[in-house]
Amino acid sequence: MHALDLDYMLGLVPILLGYLPLTLEMAVAGMLFALVLACLLAVVRVRRLRGLNALAMLFISFFRGTPLLVQLFLFYYGLPQLLTFLVAINGITATIMGLTLHFSAYMAESIRAAIVGVDRSQTEAALSIGMTQGQLMRRIVLPQATRIATPTLMNYFIDMIKATSLAFTLGVTELMGATQKEAASSFLYFEAFLVVAVIYWLVVEALSWLQRRLETRLNRAYQR
Amino acid sequence: MIELQGITKRFGAQTVFENIDLSLERGEIIVVVGPSGTGKSTLLRCINFLERPDAGHLTVGDLSIDVTQATQRDILALRRRTAFVFQNYALFANKTALENISEGMIVVDRLPKEQAHARAREILERIGLADKADAYPASLSGGQQQRVGIGRAMAANAEVILFDEPTSALDPEWVDEVLGLMKQLAAERQTMIVVSHEMQFARDVADRVVFMDEGRIVEQAPPGELFTQPRDERTRRFLRKILPQAAM
Repeated sequence: MHALDLDYMLGLVPILLGYLPLTLEMAVAGMLFALVLACLLAVVRVRRLRGLNALAMLFISFFRGTPLLVQLFLFYYGLPQLLTFLVAINGITATIMGLTLHFSAYMAESIRAAIVGVDRSQTEAALSIGMTQGQLMRRIVLPQATRIATPTLMNYFIDMIKATSLAFTLGVTELMGATQKEAASSFLYFEAFLVVAVIYWLVVEALSWLQRRLETRLNRAYQR
Repeated sequence: MIELQGITKRFGAQTVFENIDLSLERGEIIVVVGPSGTGKSTLLRCINFLERPDAGHLTVGDLSIDVTQATQRDILALRRRTAFVFQNYALFANKTALENISEGMIVVDRLPKEQAHARAREILERIGLADKADAYPASLSGGQQQRVGIGRAMAANAEVILFDEPTSALDPEWVDEVLGLMKQLAAERQTMIVVSHEMQFARDVADRVVFMDEGRIVEQAPPGELFTQPRDERTRRFLRKILPQAAM
């Protein structure tokens, strides 16, 4: 056993922080794409659009039913063997793709639940004043569903930030990959991984703070 | 003018009502009474297709449709000619009082926002809630919410406002302010169909009271007549139950 090498740890912080932007970029891109895809899937499921509904269910079933790491390997190492034009895909793109597909499957279900959770009277009131299905979705149901879904979606976002660390298995030098390299050259594994753990932790804490502020804002209309 | 001809509604194998005929003139106010579960609310909801009738013919103003042939376009046109006041208010929870009233004008009638808001403010003034323009429904009392609900219906400029038991979810302390507002509308000769258990209101305001029982319109007459000399035994039985002796 040796004492913690604090100087090494402090020195590591700025180096690792240099890789934080890439980590966050992958998470933010993954989240945005996943939100769009999840909303589409949720609407298909709620409206039970013929044909598409079964497809959406299959999609959700597969991407919820298999590990993210397996999906990433499948896209990055497997699929290019089948579809040769994908050989050019880089690790970052593959990661964003994997995160998008994987998390959209989960998010679709919570968005669907949130849409279904909006009181039926809201829909009836919107119909009674002559709104179309699209109008009532956009102006009444989705805004209210957003409030219901936000806590869960923020949880998925937090989860996604941490899941970007899997990108290092595709050879991407992001936060986790950089730590791995630093640790391998210094042999100070404990110190290195402790530093990266604290960095992830602080990022997530900052997000949780944002989440609380966002929820307060979204709840404003519903306070007695 | 509003006309229902042969309106029929079934839920699965169960027939709620069959061949209902009812018509009213512009400016006429009718109150529909009857035991619960006789299809009064369902009938009201059929008039704007919140429930799709299974047969019959509907006329509202210049729009006349065979309900079995009604297209999405017909339904939207019908809903623009009718307005609905819900038992549970059903205000848009994500919109302020002002926005609840202006929403339809902006989205459905496509008025410019400023114009819609100006009209909504006039309506808030009329319903006595000018100071609550920016309040969200959750912060309003039941009575205030229902007044906004009525305000939203007023904003639609509809041929007829359909009231579905507008006071029965209210605490007693709020009933009068809502009935007061409805009386105000009645005085302006707003065409209304009101499903209600408020017999005093029916007596004071209705041009005609319609008694429904078991999916049938049993009889209809001006309140003075229906309340004092009901012709049908079922009407008599219902009124005995619901009216104090002195009032008959």
